[in-house]
Amino acid sequence: MGRAASCGAAFPHFGPAPVPRSNFVYRSVWQWPLLIWQGLFFIGPLLLMVAMTFWLVRNYRMEPDFVFDNWERMLTRGFFWDAYFVTLGRAALAATLASLIAFPASFALAFRASETVRRWAIFFLIVPFFTSYLVRIYAWQVLLAESGPLNGLLGYVGLGPFTMLNSGFGAMVGYMTLVLPLVVILQTFSLAAVDRNLIEAARNLGANPRATLFRVIVPAAKIGLIIGFVFAFILTFGDFVSPAYLGGSNPPTLSILIVDTTKSGQQWPRASVVALMMIVTLFIVAFAAVAAAYRRKE
Amino acid sequence: MGRSLSWVYVAALFAFVFAPILTSMVFSFNSDRFPTVPLGEFTTHWYETAFSRPEVWTAFRNSLVVAASAAALSTFIGFATAYTDFRFGFRFKSAYLALALLPPTIPLVIMGLAMLAWLSQLGLSGTIQGIIIAHTVMGAPFAMAICRLRLQQMDPSLEAAARNLGASPWRAMRTVVIPFCMPAIISAYCLTAAVSFDEFMVAWFVSGLHRTVPVIILEILQGNVDPQINAIGTVVFLTSMTLVIVSQLLILRKSAK
Repeated sequence: MGRAASCGAAFPHFGPAPVPRSNFVYRSVWQWPLLIWQGLFFIGPLLLMVAMTFWLVRNYRMEPDFVFDNWERMLTRGFFWDAYFVTLGRAALAATLASLIAFPASFALAFRASETVRRWAIFFLIVPFFTSYLVRIYAWQVLLAESGPLNGLLGYVGLGPFTMLNSGFGAMVGYMTLVLPLVVILQTFSLAAVDRNLIEAARNLGANPRATLFRVIVPAAKIGLIIGFVFAFILTFGDFVSPAYLGGSNPPTLSILIVDTTKSGQQWPRASVVALMMIVTLFIVAFAAVAAAYRRKE
Repeated sequence: MGRSLSWVYVAALFAFVFAPILTSMVFSFNSDRFPTVPLGEFTTHWYETAFSRPEVWTAFRNSLVVAASAAALSTFIGFATAYTDFRFGFRFKSAYLALALLPPTIPLVIMGLAMLAWLSQLGLSGTIQGIIIAHTVMGAPFAMAICRLRLQQMDPSLEAAARNLGASPWRAMRTVVIPFCMPAIISAYCLTAAVSFDEFMVAWFVSGLHRTVPVIILEILQGNVDPQINAIGTVVFLTSMTLVIVSQLLILRKSAK
């Protein structure tokens, strides 16, 4: 910045150049790729999905229409609402669990680790994002099997065997595999950013570690903690693989409902209804969370 | 919590995160179809079985074509968007940025359904191009984020200086902005390629007969226990990790400067 200021003094015309009209072409070349591509292949598909919920399937072919049959068909049926509340409950549970499990580790990484250790820890937490989620879930299928390695180990100490696959527990293991690394990363960043003087001040004023944690550190890191929770919620709410291959599709979640309705029934309009209900739910949760995160202290 | 106890906790959490990654690598060389403890013998049988299937090779070729093309498109769109945000102010800019960053928040299963419906309207469902289109939509936000962070480190007057010295905007872009952003551009290319290489949900919906590697894995997963997944998965892992490490090295090298 200092260099810019001194140059600016030497060259009076210097400075962030205003964009003259003749640069319209130049500017459009950079501005428009996003608008064209995401308009055509992101907004377009989503709008079509909204429109599709009013279409009808006749003789295995979709026909444009404007009827509420699909909405009625899905929203008046028990199986949809069962799946809806299962998905909602599981996502809320998974996000809560992930936040609680991650916190002690994030705390240690943020306050007790050196800069180098923290950087390496973050790097190793990023690695899983680039390993196939499917392969990791398959590995859990093998590890958690009735006669698998984990039950084998437990057998040595006289426990089990336990049925861990095709259950809520199995699905939860999968959800944690999916979201824990991300939640730890987000929590660690937000905790590491807490002003150390604040903590020091709390201690000097006689707050015990517990009070310091809950009345100083957690409120100061609130935004990051909530963002971690929300990401965990969004990811588990939409996940198909864990509930299908570790949870045994029983009870089905909304994503399983979408896949089944699309793949076997050719009922894209009905699947679109489910998809829209999911998007609306996610928006409500995200907005509520953002409101909670940025709410001023009452 | 005690100091040493908290490190035991961190170690346990990392063990949980890495358990499935490491076991799939170990089991890819393990002779038992249904592995348990103690492990069976060392074998390369699963690699031989998996890679003797022509459809696995075809899937690898499809995956590479898709990843290379989608990464190129994502990186171009991402860079252009990041530069637009860095350089220009205009009305509705926040809506523009929202559009740029929104795609990753939509669940993959919904993207898959929406893409399938849209691409079949365009006659592109079941084609390689369809998968490339979908992966570009998903990769562009990541590329944008990486390029934007790099532009943040650039002195805005650098470009203006080039202009004042008589360079056209195109020439300033070519000789100042792009060289400065090159590490980020390569890094964005590698990361979006890695994302595309691992993506299975949208690819599964739109790929039809042109399956990519993760789609093959998904289809094997729907059948019985089959350690071929471990073998294929290990190869995929090494490919992705190579891409990620290259991009990390570039990021670290540029921030060290």
